[in-house]
Amino acid sequence: MEVSEVFEKVKGLFVEELGIDSEKITMDAKLEEDLEIDSLGIVEVVMAFEDEFEIEIDDEELADVGTVGQAVNLLQSKL
Amino acid sequence: MKTVFVTGASRGIGKSIALELGKDYQVVIGFSNSQDKAHEVVEEIKKLGGESLAVQLNIEDRNSVDQAFNLIEETYKHVDILVNNAGITKDNILPRMKDDEWNDVIQTNLTGNFYTSQRAIKKMIKNKWGRLIFISSVVGISGNQGQANYAASKAGLIGLSKSISKEVGSRNITSNVIAPGYIETDMTSFIDGENRENIIEQLSIKRMGKPEDIANMVSFLSKNESEYITGQVIPIDGGLTT
Repeated sequence: MEVSEVFEKVKGLFVEELGIDSEKITMDAKLEEDLEIDSLGIVEVVMAFEDEFEIEIDDEELADVGTVGQAVNLLQSKL
Repeated sequence: MKTVFVTGASRGIGKSIALELGKDYQVVIGFSNSQDKAHEVVEEIKKLGGESLAVQLNIEDRNSVDQAFNLIEETYKHVDILVNNAGITKDNILPRMKDDEWNDVIQTNLTGNFYTSQRAIKKMIKNKWGRLIFISSVVGISGNQGQANYAASKAGLIGLSKSISKEVGSRNITSNVIAPGYIETDMTSFIDGENRENIIEQLSIKRMGKPEDIANMVSFLSKNESEYITGQVIPIDGGLTT
């Protein structure tokens, strides 16, 4: 899957699961600071990712994910 | 219609909770050994016009808990209200208590409820609504001779529930503990004669508790009206722990 395609799906999940304004969602957007997602919100999107992409994401893999772009790259590497 | 899962619902307090909640929700009856009794509860709920299903689960085994939830989710989508009621006793005074007696009670009464709660909470977070209700015991607050394992497991539920309440409060999920005192069930049927009189003497309300006394509170905690009550321990014991 292309990076842009993964990004669009990720953007869709953020809007759908957490009700985030789609215009704020860019590759550079920081999850906590820019999108104001709390730790439980991260859990919600991770669960949504796991269902949507049929993968499992470990806590260790998440440790380095701070931006939308990093999440997209992680997901793409697992597909 | 919301779905409630009551563990250990084939008899005693669990059965009473299941029958009461059957008036408002689809009720899943969790049972470990008493399949026939569990199906009787299902039939009773259906007779009263409700929806019900029985699932076998060994709460001490994570795979069994997962299988039970998979089955529930096939029929009813997800669990909105989880009533963690299943529990066992293996009484012994501490100097005589075997490792198995300790481990079995902790695994079933505490760790088992960790498994069910963890499994249920994921869907509740997604739905942004949920109710967790733990049936502990006054013994978890006061302790009891010969019940170090049981009391420790029931006290453990209080820490579990309070922590959950803080983690998920922002998603309209509440978690509370009910601590029943002396309730007339199979588990307390050995208390008779003079012992029974002595117990009643200690109570402000001069009778043993009925399973319905617990079920009524579970019913209230399950509803939207209780949304501002979370992380609490509610003794229902006729005034034993005042």
